[in-house]
Amino acid sequence: MTPGKPTGYTPGPDPGNDQGTSMTSATTEDTVKPTASENPPTPKLVDMLYQMMLIRRFEERTMQAYQQAKIGGFCHIYIGQEATAVGAVSALKDDDPIITAYRDHGHALARGMHPNYCMAEMYGKVTGCAKGKGGSMHMFDKPHHMYGGHAIVGGQCPLGVGLAFATQYEKKNNVTVCFFGDGAINQGAFHEAMNLAAIWNLPILFVVENNGYSMGTAINRGTAAADNLGAKAAAYGMRYAECDGMDVLDTYKVFKREGDLSRGSTSDQLGLEQNGGGPCFINAKTYRYQGHSMSDPQKYRSKDEVNDKKDKDCINTLVGHLIENKLATQEQIDELDKKAKQVSRDAIKYAEESPDLPMSEKFTDIYANPYGPPFVKGGLPKMITDNNSGE
Amino acid sequence: MQTIQYREALREAMQEEMRRDDRVFLMGEEVAQYNGAYKVSQGMLDEFGPRRIVDSPISETGFSGLGIGAAMYGLRPIIEFMSWSFCLVAADQIINNAPKMLYMSGGQFGCPAVFRGNNGAGGQLGSTHSWCVESMFSSVPGLKVAIPSTPRDAKGLLKTAIRDEDPVFNLESERMLGLGARGDKDFSRYIKDTWAPPTVKEDEDFTIPFGVADIKKPGKDVTIVAAGRPVHFALDAAEELEKEGIDCEVIDPRTYRPLDIDTIVKSVRKTNYCVVVDQSWPFASVGAEVAAQVYEHAMDDLDNKVIRVNNDDIPAPYNRTLEQEMLPNTKKIIDAVRAATYNT
Repeated sequence: MTPGKPTGYTPGPDPGNDQGTSMTSATTEDTVKPTASENPPTPKLVDMLYQMMLIRRFEERTMQAYQQAKIGGFCHIYIGQEATAVGAVSALKDDDPIITAYRDHGHALARGMHPNYCMAEMYGKVTGCAKGKGGSMHMFDKPHHMYGGHAIVGGQCPLGVGLAFATQYEKKNNVTVCFFGDGAINQGAFHEAMNLAAIWNLPILFVVENNGYSMGTAINRGTAAADNLGAKAAAYGMRYAECDGMDVLDTYKVFKREGDLSRGSTSDQLGLEQNGGGPCFINAKTYRYQGHSMSDPQKYRSKDEVNDKKDKDCINTLVGHLIENKLATQEQIDELDKKAKQVSRDAIKYAEESPDLPMSEKFTDIYANPYGPPFVKGGLPKMITDNNSGE
Repeated sequence: MQTIQYREALREAMQEEMRRDDRVFLMGEEVAQYNGAYKVSQGMLDEFGPRRIVDSPISETGFSGLGIGAAMYGLRPIIEFMSWSFCLVAADQIINNAPKMLYMSGGQFGCPAVFRGNNGAGGQLGSTHSWCVESMFSSVPGLKVAIPSTPRDAKGLLKTAIRDEDPVFNLESERMLGLGARGDKDFSRYIKDTWAPPTVKEDEDFTIPFGVADIKKPGKDVTIVAAGRPVHFALDAAEELEKEGIDCEVIDPRTYRPLDIDTIVKSVRKTNYCVVVDQSWPFASVGAEVAAQVYEHAMDDLDNKVIRVNNDDIPAPYNRTLEQEMLPNTKKIIDAVRAATYNT
């Protein structure tokens, strides 16, 4: 569906996948050139490329499975925004908590959730990360410090503040990253969260993944001062940063800088010595290629607009950077994409072959201390028991 | 017997749990420097400091959500609502996020948080400040709802709530906080001996399990089920009815979720008559649920229909006389018991 560019790296769509998006190398003017010293080392760069490729190929398979009615409910595709999750997560420590909204598959994968558990969750299988009880919008991964996908717009912002409060309370050297879409900045929960984080100098990055639309409503139709989101941060005396959320290097750089400033912040109001830069509001300017959800006819934007954004594709941009600077060969890149496709196909296979959620799980996980019938204590998801047994 | 107020019992519960577990903290409006809007947390800032006794701004969505996030991380927050009436602006946090987190995450992240504050009308605060939330919130799977009626229950249940791995709503009452301040004059003689919690010397680890009803007054003629403040109305009614020769058994479920229906049913099987008192509105109320369960379990033991006594089905009025008349008060309970037992 995406026309490949005539030159450069153009692998065809994944066989049997009519949703395939081609990856083409970027032209020179598309390639952002941060100073070399700010970039991660090459192996990490290559891994970041792989992460983005994996999310894209995974999401192509997700769309396919959704169209085959293998996946139900609401399903929000991350294609186009991969650089934001990957750039941000790559700049964090492994135990920095992250939390996000319902467009959450990319964050889960970037954080290290095995694609099998992610896909199985969408299939509603017992092998899913939440045993098939959460679905597409609720990707949780405790070992990877991923505190969920959350489905009510803005509802996760106060939770993110709670995570940051908890790391400060426990005197941990962490920063919490709280992602949300541009629709969330019109919600009260977002503003209350920003205020609390500011008064208590909490170590948190509030990240608007600004793809320009809250469902079908363009940001300037729903958000005051939409072209000056820094004003939102200023209102709370908070740092503000912008990044090109379609450029993984710029995103990484900004998150590294702001994360380090915020990490471990403490507040004298909470009985500690005032330290650290406190919260920051980051505007990650990005774009989703697909509709808001799988059921979105996208009448609110033109195909030209979408195609213009695809010209700045995050994967192509990084491929261009790697090739141009001779940091990776075309063959290596082809191999990565091949692997991403294979892992995504394997995830489908895993989900297809996994057992359905058994009825015996109907009354589990409602109470951690069940008080009696019909409620019973649940076991941990396979994702966790597998990891614990060293698989 | 200890002379202890209801508010002091709540404070003791929090203090004792905070001393034994550093993960427990208290957050809410005016809980720290002001020493509590209702003095429940008086002196706690001095003992525990600003890290653990945290004044929050008036921002219920923000700080209740903060509590849930902190609980997901592994802390044990106590979130104080100055009034449960104010929790409504935080509905998404407390009835979407708190009770469903464990389920949505497939058992990975729970929410071991306590939300507590004043519940119910009676102080001429008008319609918006007089909410009784037990009927709304007891309906939500994933929550536990405690509603203590005496200092003993207040302490024992709150300590259990703090230790529980699940989100607990503790429904207190502004009208009860000072009970006990004037000795035994403001509560019934029936609960004189069980009014106060044991001293730490008597029981250093006193708790009351959830889902265990308490027989506040034994009796043989009629079962009155009441929780929270209406327990006191019911005991007053029982005292009056005793003069008429009607011996009431007053059962206090103490927690609506879990509900100890067994103790209630056992009593109904003995008395054959049942009055259910509930301070929330009658439609789809916890009282309606108790009545339905009594019918399900003890239909054949009933010699009359179950009679419900609720708040009248109106917003709380400001006018003092009308407000008192709206409550499931002693007079209404007396009338209900007379009707239930064919003594009209």
